[in-house]
Amino acid sequence: MKEIVVISGKGGTGKTSITAALASLAKESCVVVDCDVDAADMHLLLQPDFDHKEDFYSGVLAHIDPDTCRNCGRCAKVCRFDAIVLQNGRYVVDELSCEGCGYCEKVCRLNAISMNERLAGAWFASSTKYGSDMVHAKLGIGAENSGKLVAKVKKEGKAIALAKNKSLMIVDGSPGIGCPVVSSLSGANFALLVTEPTLSGLHDLKRVYEVVKKFRIKAGCIINKADLNPEVCAQIEAFLREESILHVKSIPYNKAFTQAMVEAKTITEYSDEPLKKVT
Amino acid sequence: MKIAFTTKDPAWESMMEARFGRTYYVLVFDEQSGQITIHDNRDIVNQEHGAGPKMAKVMADLGVDVIITGNGPGENARAVLAQMNTVIYVGAGEMSVAEAYKAYQDGTLEKF
Amino acid sequence: MKIAIASGKGGTGKTTLSTNLATFLGESQSTVLVDLDVEEPNSNLFLQGELLRKEDKMKMIPHWDSTSCTLCGECVENCNFNALLCIANEILVFPNLCHSCYACSELCSLGSLPMEPQKMGELSHFLAGNIEFVEGRLNIGEEQAVSLIAQTKKYVDQHFDDETMKLFDSPPGTSCPVIEAIKDADFVILVTEPTPFGLHDLTLAVETTRILGKEFGVVINRYGMGNEDVVAYCQRENIPVIGKIPHLIEAAKLYSAGKLIYKEIPSFKDEIEKIALHVKARFQGAAQ
Repeated sequence: MKEIVVISGKGGTGKTSITAALASLAKESCVVVDCDVDAADMHLLLQPDFDHKEDFYSGVLAHIDPDTCRNCGRCAKVCRFDAIVLQNGRYVVDELSCEGCGYCEKVCRLNAISMNERLAGAWFASSTKYGSDMVHAKLGIGAENSGKLVAKVKKEGKAIALAKNKSLMIVDGSPGIGCPVVSSLSGANFALLVTEPTLSGLHDLKRVYEVVKKFRIKAGCIINKADLNPEVCAQIEAFLREESILHVKSIPYNKAFTQAMVEAKTITEYSDEPLKKVT
Repeated sequence: MKIAFTTKDPAWESMMEARFGRTYYVLVFDEQSGQITIHDNRDIVNQEHGAGPKMAKVMADLGVDVIITGNGPGENARAVLAQMNTVIYVGAGEMSVAEAYKAYQDGTLEKF
Repeated sequence: MKIAIASGKGGTGKTTLSTNLATFLGESQSTVLVDLDVEEPNSNLFLQGELLRKEDKMKMIPHWDSTSCTLCGECVENCNFNALLCIANEILVFPNLCHSCYACSELCSLGSLPMEPQKMGELSHFLAGNIEFVEGRLNIGEEQAVSLIAQTKKYVDQHFDDETMKLFDSPPGTSCPVIEAIKDADFVILVTEPTPFGLHDLTLAVETTRILGKEFGVVINRYGMGNEDVVAYCQRENIPVIGKIPHLIEAAKLYSAGKLIYKEIPSFKDEIEKIALHVKARFQGAAQ
């Protein structure tokens, strides 16, 4: 089984649309994994059936037992995240601020504080309208995408791929350059970078490629909206040559691209070529 | 030499796992005694952060001289392994353990 | 007055709106634009200016003092983030995993892990034409964005008075960095686009903003490219749509070249002006 991870660094480059198009072409032969859980949009295009749902816990959260607590304030004093606040004369945990370090628990002499698993969201295993399997997740507000969640959805995706003998796993990677994107790339065979010829697009492409390089994974690049700015496009192409990144395809700016998304369809006509090259 | 392989299953017949920190198992082959020991790593797979260095610590505790894996460890794990003078070979992510061992003996694996 | 510009997903035009609105407001009053998207700061691509000040931003991490340590291992136990390891008679610290909670350091009875500053990123302060511009930039591989966002906001509080209009370009999404970026704003502008993706992500952003109890309005970028579902949603939810920025390929081209769009396209400027008036009315309301 091959594992392709699609990443972009910057949002709005068309990463999800392209990933969905690849998925719609690969049909039953692939498992799609949506690791872009901060803005999990792929379900809008692939229309999975949310067949199987499981809660997802990540990290821990402090809880003060009001019956045991004597309001000494020792916990509030050591907390570096201002997560223990006075509310109506009682110390309580501000769940959005708590980082789960557990320092408060350790200094509480009455053992009034416990660290409990934090409900971060849920993940789903589905079938899509294209016949592919899909693993995706939804985060709660303030919950952080983490290497753990990405590793979890990828692991579930892999298990399905192995059990059903799929030849391909397509991962919609996480945005940014932090832990989740590192986790998205981990174990991949190929990184597909989606960028656009804008200064921000080029800037973020370079930053995210730094992460890819650390993994020594082969990479290819799709330049979306390629005709938007020939000058920046040439700069991107030069960067690809310099770093020996395969230039998979340039896709011209096209209204149909957006129109397809508005109608919740994928844009398959442009992407059969990249898919062939990649697999 | 004690050689560690990152593997998908707890057996010599297993395929290699490309990931270092979040590998499922570590198979340690002691060339001197011919003994194989298995370390179950599935606990570390579920850590939010810091799987790499934890794994490196496991390698240190197992007294491993050589690690054969796929993508290669991340920065944090590398720092630990450098401390231990462990030699790392990468690029074996798509092989079986036996193939990876042969490639190591033939000197065709890439040193990290 | 502090205005946060946010969006549920990336690429909706947050930076376009931030840079254009800030420069437009700057024509008539003192304005600072603050880029809090510290993982991917992009505003600087549109605002060329003179660097006034640059500061290294630090986070506190423990440093191992081998002379006093007895290798009891308590610090490793006390770290919930796997940022410490005891290996072969040494304590190793992994700075990028450390959340600076101080537990290892302060709970060490021998004082063998004093906290010391380490660089996590940079803050730059520019004079860009008629506005000032402050940017936080996280080092690659560094994960504690929240701390740098907090430090950047603090810098702005210290260097600008209440009369200055402060615009905060926030990171995308609904996680902790976003919450840190908008939690002390007086008003939040949510930028979206009129597509199913835009609508879906807007609903998430609205949910987040409501949890924080913030007043907010919506700006629809690339208006005309998709459908009317976002407008209908805002009507249903009683959310003011304070601007509809037209979808123009010329605008996309100017953006791609790092240019300010309102200076070249009148219809774009009209909408920026409308948003500016809305913001200013609030500013005056707040001042009274």
